[in-house]
Amino acid sequence: MIRKSISKQASAGLPSPVEAWIDRYRHNGGLRQYVVYLAFALILATFSIILHDDGFLSSSNLLNIGRQAAPIAVMAVGMAFALAAGEIDLSVGSVVALSSLVAAEIVGNHGFLAGALAALGASALVGIVNGLITVKVRIPSFLVTLGMLGIISGIARNWNDLQSLPIRNDRFSGIFGAGGLGPVSSLLIWIVVVGILGHFALHHLRWGRHVLSTGADRDAANAAGINTARVKISALVVSATAAGFAGILLAGRLSIGRHDLGEDYLLTVIAAVVIGGTNLFGGRASILGAVTGALIMAMLNNGLILMGLEVADQLIARGVIIILAVALSMREAKET
Amino acid sequence: MSSAPALVASGISKSFRAVQALDDVSIELHHGRVTALLGDNGAGKSTLVKCISGLYQPDAGHIFVQGTEHRISSSRHARELGIETVHQTLSVIDPLDVAENLFLNREHTRGGWLGARIGLLDKRRMRQECASTLARLDIRIPSLRRSVGSLSGGQRQAVAIGRAVAWGQQIVLLDEPAAALGVEQTQRVLDLIVNLRDQGVAVLLITHNMDRVLAVCDQAVVLYQGRKCAEVNVADVTKDDLVSYITGARGTG
Repeated sequence: MIRKSISKQASAGLPSPVEAWIDRYRHNGGLRQYVVYLAFALILATFSIILHDDGFLSSSNLLNIGRQAAPIAVMAVGMAFALAAGEIDLSVGSVVALSSLVAAEIVGNHGFLAGALAALGASALVGIVNGLITVKVRIPSFLVTLGMLGIISGIARNWNDLQSLPIRNDRFSGIFGAGGLGPVSSLLIWIVVVGILGHFALHHLRWGRHVLSTGADRDAANAAGINTARVKISALVVSATAAGFAGILLAGRLSIGRHDLGEDYLLTVIAAVVIGGTNLFGGRASILGAVTGALIMAMLNNGLILMGLEVADQLIARGVIIILAVALSMREAKET
Repeated sequence: MSSAPALVASGISKSFRAVQALDDVSIELHHGRVTALLGDNGAGKSTLVKCISGLYQPDAGHIFVQGTEHRISSSRHARELGIETVHQTLSVIDPLDVAENLFLNREHTRGGWLGARIGLLDKRRMRQECASTLARLDIRIPSLRRSVGSLSGGQRQAVAIGRAVAWGQQIVLLDEPAAALGVEQTQRVLDLIVNLRDQGVAVLLITHNMDRVLAVCDQAVVLYQGRKCAEVNVADVTKDDLVSYITGARGTG
């Protein structure tokens, strides 16, 4: 028996790239790791047929979906890192609002770059506080960020007495949402940029590997000498900063900062990430999946509205579809 | 065989509140030899390993590595001294591939100074070195790019042990490395231990399985209730002898 299996492996020799790919495909989850892309194609095809006469496939509507997806996609990329590290960030929605307000406050007097950097800085600060409390005081990030959600929402409401702050800066609006390169909306470009950056960081930077290791098995990561506390803090900083950037994109598109921007994004973002194949409990993440998940969520939103569903029915339909999609992608986690 | 011992721990004592876990225990590990550490549950085996691997600080005693005395302050310190521990629970990261596991937290980077700062991984170099390390140890893994979670238990254990010695570590402590493995996979791990021995590594093997001791170990140290009750050449004893030492029925002093 032993001889047989050894000789079998030895005689295989060095696998060709194609064989290597097939081997990884088979052993890293098979077809199920592509569920999100199949779901995307399926939903796209379904809406294309059902809503053909309602202009679902018109370029303006597709652009609309892309615009709606942008802040969700950016937040989903950040959230994927928090989940991969075995944490969760419930404060992201409030950070979107905070970021938009900070940007609106600063842009007027100090220019678009200072406004954007201040918004990102404030968001990163929230992430640092989230991370430090989670790691040092050892309170689950679920609770820390839930508390932070309340605190930041309150601050955002007090900021300008529930009034929106206008942003009158063409460069800010142009770069972050309203403008574009030729016919391509800047929001679509930002989705691609953030998606590539996230994918690169997860797969090609030491930090990304350490985030995954920390979420998969913290004890083993510690035993390998990884500073898992620092890794967890950094993952929460990334998730908060991504939410801050989503706030900038919303502020840019709407040319305002307001306390309720991003308020109802949390569950949509988590659904997008989990549908995309990221494990809710750490150790497995897909950035391209998270971006695709965000596109699915935006497409659902758009399609259900075009179908003429009442808001109540939209909520129900979206809930059912999300549960189905998450159930499919979770099966993979159990079997591998 | 008469070269200086790779590691000497002498007079190690460690107590936890009222419980004396280790009482004046001494042990020597030699290059190119496998030493078994035996004893019933609670005899102090794991405590001794943790004292050597830097996880516990002994209350008394001295530890010499390659002839020089050290106070081993952490697992990182132990690793710097050339001591690697493979714990009973696997210390591999399932979602990472074989090469990434082998290089976990010792990754090669590319792109010069900037690449090193941001931690830009040199995956090709890591895969190549991983392949040559595994080949040297005669470890066969179907694909280095497969996630470790998809490998068999024996292959995963082989990766964990491979990581321990990939860094030229001269002293390897193995805590029940075949605990959860099937017959064939266990044999592969035992082959690997013999392989390490032949390359001059000093191996300490904790196990409950007497057949494994007789198969691969050169000497055996037996603990009983925190004390060393026997130290024997494996060639000189039978399975029954070992069992009687472990149960405390007999001791060589």
